[in-house]
Amino acid sequence: MEAFNYRKAGSVDEALVALNGADDGKFLAGGMTLLPTMKQMLATPDTLVDLAGASELVGVSRDGDTIVVGAMTTHAAVASNSDVQAAIPALAALASGIGDPMVRNRGTIGGSIANADPAADYPAAVVGLNATVNTNKRSIAADDFFLDVFETALEEDELVVSVSFPIPLKAAYRKFPNPASRYAVVGVMVAQSAEGIRVAVTGAAASVFRADSFEQALSADFSAAALEGLSVDSDNLNEDIHASAAYRANLVGVMTKRAVAAC
Amino acid sequence: MAAAEPLNTGIGDSVTRVEDSRFLRGLGNYVDDIVLPNQAYAVMVRSPHARATINGIDTSAAAAANGVLAVLTAADFSAYGGLPCGWQVHSKDGEPMTEPKHPILAEGAVRHVGDPVAIVIAQSKTLARKAAALVDVNYTDLPPMVDMQAAVADGAELVHSDTPSNVCFDWELGDEAAAEAAIASAAHVTRLELVNNRLVPNAMEPRSAIGDYNSATGEHTLYTTSQNPHVIRLLMGAFVLSLPEHKLRVVAPDVGGGFGSKIFHYAEEAIVTVASKLVGCPVKWTADRSEAFISDAHGRDHLTTVELALDDNGKFLALRANTLANMGAYLSTFAPAVPTYLHGTLLAGTYTTPAIYTNVKGVFTNTVAVDAYRGAGRPEASYLLERVVDLAAIETGIDPVELRRRNFIQPDAFPYDTPVALTYDTGNYQATLDLALERTDASGFEARKAESASRGKLRGRGLACYIEACGIAPSNIAGALGARAGLYEAATVRVNPTGSVTVLTGSHSHGQGHETTFAQVVSDTLGIPLDNVDIVHGDTGKVPFGMGTYGSRSIAVGGAALANALDKIVLKGRQIAAHLMEASADDVVFKDGQFSIDGTDKSVGFGDVALTAYVPHNFPLETLEPGLEETAFYDPKNFTFPAGAYICEVEIDKETGVIDIVDFHASDDFGNIINPMIVEGQVHGGVAQGVGQALMEGAVYDSNGQLVTGSYMDYCMPRADDLPNVTVSNHVTACTHNPLGVKGCGEAGAIGSPPAVVNAVINALGDFGVKHIDMPVTAHKVWSIMNAKNA
Repeated sequence: MEAFNYRKAGSVDEALVALNGADDGKFLAGGMTLLPTMKQMLATPDTLVDLAGASELVGVSRDGDTIVVGAMTTHAAVASNSDVQAAIPALAALASGIGDPMVRNRGTIGGSIANADPAADYPAAVVGLNATVNTNKRSIAADDFFLDVFETALEEDELVVSVSFPIPLKAAYRKFPNPASRYAVVGVMVAQSAEGIRVAVTGAAASVFRADSFEQALSADFSAAALEGLSVDSDNLNEDIHASAAYRANLVGVMTKRAVAAC
Repeated sequence: MAAAEPLNTGIGDSVTRVEDSRFLRGLGNYVDDIVLPNQAYAVMVRSPHARATINGIDTSAAAAANGVLAVLTAADFSAYGGLPCGWQVHSKDGEPMTEPKHPILAEGAVRHVGDPVAIVIAQSKTLARKAAALVDVNYTDLPPMVDMQAAVADGAELVHSDTPSNVCFDWELGDEAAAEAAIASAAHVTRLELVNNRLVPNAMEPRSAIGDYNSATGEHTLYTTSQNPHVIRLLMGAFVLSLPEHKLRVVAPDVGGGFGSKIFHYAEEAIVTVASKLVGCPVKWTADRSEAFISDAHGRDHLTTVELALDDNGKFLALRANTLANMGAYLSTFAPAVPTYLHGTLLAGTYTTPAIYTNVKGVFTNTVAVDAYRGAGRPEASYLLERVVDLAAIETGIDPVELRRRNFIQPDAFPYDTPVALTYDTGNYQATLDLALERTDASGFEARKAESASRGKLRGRGLACYIEACGIAPSNIAGALGARAGLYEAATVRVNPTGSVTVLTGSHSHGQGHETTFAQVVSDTLGIPLDNVDIVHGDTGKVPFGMGTYGSRSIAVGGAALANALDKIVLKGRQIAAHLMEASADDVVFKDGQFSIDGTDKSVGFGDVALTAYVPHNFPLETLEPGLEETAFYDPKNFTFPAGAYICEVEIDKETGVIDIVDFHASDDFGNIINPMIVEGQVHGGVAQGVGQALMEGAVYDSNGQLVTGSYMDYCMPRADDLPNVTVSNHVTACTHNPLGVKGCGEAGAIGSPPAVVNAVINALGDFGVKHIDMPVTAHKVWSIMNAKNA
């Protein structure tokens, strides 16, 4: 790891000032991806702006029909939050299945979605639950947030402040973990709300995506049986030593059915 | 005199491990824990290419970097030899194997990703790592030989340009003509091609080494993560650096797992030893995990074609196995022995197959060296045998249990000479099979299968009857077969004046629990509490000699040496006691820590005898030396032959192909057992590694020779929740030729479990007509097979 400057911000405003004052600064959330990357010298920022002291970024609250999760809220905190467990149990369950206890006690929702790892769990929650990502500048709809592998709509000096999850009628997440890394080979969030059905798939492609044909079928008949014979196109799906595109396509179908059954 | 309270710390007692107190409290002392005054840190510069020529190495920028003490390349090691191979195999034409130089640092060429090219020594690890990035190596990248079949094809690029081909040896064993004749005329022949997948050892503690040169005495000390410090002293001292034993001390303190990968002499050990003298301070090197993946010797990696000939009644007539065995880019210390004498010799298994022939070609490729890994050759033999037997059962329609029973060597047939050079001293293969069947409710399987089916799961049941050979021996035979070292073990029992005992053993514990098991042998023999016994190992400065721990040899060879040394102690003790009791030594019996004379009330305790030995005021000085310390070197008369039957039941998720091991039972014959709890733990660990090989682990190289599975992101190590609840049972036939009647248990789990697991999966997929799936049998592979059939 290269030496770097460390700045601990007490607020969002302080964090932005510190970042703008650095040549090549990075926000540090839980550090679950950034720090290993720096240890391998794959990233060598000259400044880390630690967000851990910005208390306005931490916490979960219920605001009417919405659960608002602060960007620096850890996965463990989301998993164990009684409001989340009551309102969106699928979100609590998803958070409880990220990484291992060490990761869940350090990693944050803001860090995860800003990193946009194609195999991360949270993107499926954000898109599947039709969340809104609130930044220091604006609010970004879930469908507009994730662009590509490790690429989001965030601008250079834009910071995720919170994520607002509208409370669905029902939802469930099912993940097929990579046997080695335990990241999602495929993870599917299925949610039913007044606005309709959403099926968001992570792990399978460059970025989280919605399975349109599944959503349509489930809109007509919200049951696993409604998905019989349907499949996602494997053309744009990832392939690696652990799973071919065809296997991933199968897993999208299976995980979706299981999520529907669990709703 | 009142009977003493039983100690319950003797042979057969499940004593909790005395070493665990320090391990669980974080008080172990591993090599990387050792910090010597003025210690410097080394970082290796390794090849990013699988095959390349080195046109030049510019070290000037690195040498000028902050805190750098030295940058060394092959030129700095020109006075020294290459790393030796400890076993010379001869090809079937009588020629010795091809033995290309294995340089300490790359000399003009690199042959695998991770091949060490230079070393940077600096005041801190961070500074060394930064400077290492400044070493400028000018490479010309060449197309690598990664695939074994390509490497043995005509016109293949040579891994070593000074060799005639990439075939290191072309070895055979058995009667080729007899096997051919039987196969040609048999009622049935089962044929199978299979891969024994390459594994990365992944000891929990990465390798580490510290060189410490004392310029006042001219002595070198090497602290290293080794399973056998005396072997390292011998190999490195005599063959590489020309250092005499009395000027080289090798210490292997607490070592966090080895599984074979820490048997071998590695370049880093020689490098830090030389470097410490050059830079004038201790030099430490510790691998990080990524480095371990590309520098620890890997395991397995065989490509085999096997044929099993049977008569109409299912009796085995002949077995023929042709194998390509990957050696990697260089010959690691015992690499040639693994696919030959530790593999071909086991192909009789537990069966009476009269004709056996095997041909094994060792193949150089541009990959990390392959050497012994838990089981070392025996898992490969057990796997090919138990897979082809299972397939034969399917093809002939004979029940797999019945087919094995028809071919077992009978309990009254021992000693039994196999057609592949071994003599099994004892065993009872029916007994372990019966136990395993009983413990796994064989008759209830169909009902369980139906219940699984009701939940959408395919249930399968697999059996494997393994045999293995532990404690390579005797030394003279091993020498005739190519071993360049002896294979005995040494033990010293030092009885201290107040009756406590220090054992100096050449065996080495890197997790196995020697400090408990060996102490139990002492407690049992001398009738003293475990607290009064210390087991000292892992330091050539303390232990007279030893060959270390590998091949499940510790209790069978090291324990036997200890037993013999204890016998000498008791013999001398009886002479001292006889003197004290004014009797003849012949009349003195020793039991439960008391020397007594039968039929009298005369008795003297072990502690009094010990004190008398060191305070010899009332002592037969004219006939006996004072003191009570004895050493034994034990050279076994034969291997030991643990065997057993493993049964696995799996459930397969039809939608995803995910395999869940729902039952696993290991029934073993390890001979006499010193500590049943530790032995059960060894079986659990072995099964964990075997299940890992069967379902999860596999080192994958791409066509450029890059290790795709170079981290835990892609190399699939089993975790606790991947593993079944393993139950065990034991049937004992005591080894006939060592004093404890023991056989060894360290590797059995890894030997017996892969075929049991794969057989269970194939059984579960019976409706799909699949003959074989290569390991690791992943969910992806299983689903692909089911999907192809369904489509």
